[in-house]
Amino acid sequence: MSADSMKDASRRDFLLHAATAVGVAGAAAAAWPFIDSLNPAADTRALSSIEVDLAPIAVGMAITVKWRGKPVFIRHRTAAEIAAAESVEVDDLRDPQPDSARVTKPGWLILVGVCTHLGCVPLGQKPADPRGDFGGWFCPCHGSHYDTSGRIRKGPAPKNLEVPQYTFLTDTTVRIG
Amino acid sequence: MSAPGKLDKALDWFDSRLPIISLMKHSAVEYPTPKNLNYWWNFGSLAGFMLVMMIATGLFLAMQYTPHVDMAFNSVERIMRDVNYGWLIRYLHMNGASMFFVVVYIHVFRGLYYGSYKPPRELLWWIGLVILLLMMGTAFMGYVLPWGQMSLWGATVITNLFSAFPVVGEHIVTLLWGGFSVDNPTLNRFFVLHFLLPFAILGVVVLHVWALHTVKSNNPLGIDVNGPQDTIPFHPYYTVKDFFGIGVFLIVYAVFVFWYPNVLGHPDNYIPANPMVTPPHIVPEWYFLPFYAILRAVPDKLMGVLAMFGAILILFALPWIDSSPVRSGTFRPWFKKAFWLFVIDCFVLGYAGAMPAEGVWITVGRIAAGYYFLHFLVILPLLARFEKTLPLPESIAAPVLKGTAAAALALIAFIAAPGPAHASEGAALRQQSWSWQGAFGAYDEAQLRRGYQVYREVCSACHSMNLVHFRNLSRLGYTEDAVKEFAASYQVADGPDDNGDMFDRKGLPSDRFPAPFPNEQAAKAANGGAAPPDLSLIVKAREGGPDYVFSLLTGFAPQPPDHELPPGKYYNTVFPGNAISMPPQISDGVVEYADGTADNAEQIARDVTAFLQWAAEPELEERHAMGVKVVLFLFVFTALFYALKRRVWASVH
Repeated sequence: MSADSMKDASRRDFLLHAATAVGVAGAAAAAWPFIDSLNPAADTRALSSIEVDLAPIAVGMAITVKWRGKPVFIRHRTAAEIAAAESVEVDDLRDPQPDSARVTKPGWLILVGVCTHLGCVPLGQKPADPRGDFGGWFCPCHGSHYDTSGRIRKGPAPKNLEVPQYTFLTDTTVRIG
Repeated sequence: MSAPGKLDKALDWFDSRLPIISLMKHSAVEYPTPKNLNYWWNFGSLAGFMLVMMIATGLFLAMQYTPHVDMAFNSVERIMRDVNYGWLIRYLHMNGASMFFVVVYIHVFRGLYYGSYKPPRELLWWIGLVILLLMMGTAFMGYVLPWGQMSLWGATVITNLFSAFPVVGEHIVTLLWGGFSVDNPTLNRFFVLHFLLPFAILGVVVLHVWALHTVKSNNPLGIDVNGPQDTIPFHPYYTVKDFFGIGVFLIVYAVFVFWYPNVLGHPDNYIPANPMVTPPHIVPEWYFLPFYAILRAVPDKLMGVLAMFGAILILFALPWIDSSPVRSGTFRPWFKKAFWLFVIDCFVLGYAGAMPAEGVWITVGRIAAGYYFLHFLVILPLLARFEKTLPLPESIAAPVLKGTAAAALALIAFIAAPGPAHASEGAALRQQSWSWQGAFGAYDEAQLRRGYQVYREVCSACHSMNLVHFRNLSRLGYTEDAVKEFAASYQVADGPDDNGDMFDRKGLPSDRFPAPFPNEQAAKAANGGAAPPDLSLIVKAREGGPDYVFSLLTGFAPQPPDHELPPGKYYNTVFPGNAISMPPQISDGVVEYADGTADNAEQIARDVTAFLQWAAEPELEERHAMGVKVVLFLFVFTALFYALKRRVWASVH
């Protein structure tokens, strides 16, 4: 093979690699808008915070509000429930977390009401509901028991009930999200 | 390197059980292709590319679209405004339909010129025509889905074509509609069929390619391949050439998507469908115009419909109509002339189809429609018998004709150029220069804020803006708190509460701009019978866009002495019919600008027009910015593949 045709061949290889690289990069970049279109749209994102008025919830009562399409449990805990939650030995828990890390005001426990096992809604919001062995919530799907801080104590769920991001705007108004 | 050996073994194992790899290799790599194909042969692969593009964009649109008459229009606008890159995917799909037809029509005309329908390719030609018919049906039903005025009335007119058939016609139409007019059942089934047919097309394309690979490609000389010396393997020669073609094509496509996304559509389709009012000019999409002209050329309903269908069906008989043994037009001096006359005739038909069916256009349409059939029924058979053809070359290996990509592209640009589809009415619009025009055009934030002030203080008393949310105002440069304040200054109806009662609450950023009237009837009653239109899309929904809105706002004039005005109407120079129900609203000082901008009527009209433009096309800035990047990328891509193509082909030329 002559030097000239060697040069030609290597130039051709260079062009082939460059063109292929540019083409692949372009195809990859073009895929992103399609993938991202499946993410939550602007109208969905705009609804991602709600404000809740806590004034009508008496001690011992609980309400369920809808946030991002999921139930959020708001429980106005009794002194006994708070004491039970605070007295637990944290190191013995499956997902160790002190009660103080899960509330901003001890009276108000705010949780995403979705079992961390496979996504069912646990029972325990209504007075007649079973609350499990630890006085919190009980998931009827596969038998997970949560305590009065929403922590997993028994059953298949791996994690405590999620605490959403929230801030108290006033003493009786909370913004979730 | 032992890996390739193992890989080859694994592939062999697979291939001996399911020979899909050797099939691909046989049809996309080794396929012996005539070495003399010119750039007109690129349009086949381009059509395949567009089919994939339409299916991909269509799938993602279908995941966001709602096929219900009450929700379809707004679900499309949600795609445009809220879905991430939704505007891009929709504009790719919407303009993709036009690009697909451009490419396919060029592909068909290439076949007509080079005699690709002649033996042994009759079946290949027929399958191609079936694809064309399926495409037409799919495109028509897709146009119905946004449920704008043109969607509804296009569907009404086209489905009514079937009522022309005696006895069964009316029943067929009722069956198509699933009711007594084009309504929700029609929309639902059109959505389903629009989703299904592309996959049917994909299947027929496989047959098309199969038939092609059986009879092999025609070529610009139209003579048979003599042996291996006349062919080259498809890969790398034609794969590289096709990629280069795709690059050039994508640049044209991108210019439409990013800068002129609505130029091929009709403003009326940004008005929600209204079964009580037909738009003044019903015109199909450009790719149907020649057939539409043939339909209108015949003064009898049934005959018109038959002529229109016949215009396509006659192509099925072409292999026998043109019985000349010479395939390529290159060696048929008279055929060549007839071919170009026919092309011109199709353009004339398209133009006549776009014009109102009045005066000279009726005559032009009739002559052109007559010529269309004359070409097939008289000229081609006569030429086949009497034409003296030029001597054919011995083999392909001898001359290699040079086609020019430039010619093909010029044709795309010409076909795609916006036609003079609409007869303008009233006085000429006052053309303004706006900040958002041009390749890098963007909005002037301060102007948008002034325009919002005008809308809030003047227009919003009567006009709703249902598609705009308070949260969108952050784009005007307002802080989150300012947006909340704007929202909170309105009362919004909500509910029911825990007692089942409706209640009013303060507006939130996620709320839409509240409408001034609870419903359309109330809006009509309060405004002398004419409901003020929603302003969200007004700029896109009117011919002339921002210039029209600006000219209308500043177009009020004293009534000329010879002009009769109905009671309760005002004289306006640009409003169709010159009698508008809206009294003049914009005058010097009607708002007081905080930023010290002169508050004369012209300035106020300009500012509110800018705001309305933003409301109609909030994605515009993102679109322009992305367009610049995409086109720059495509230039690099195309240049690289052109260089590579030259290298690869150096040994062939």
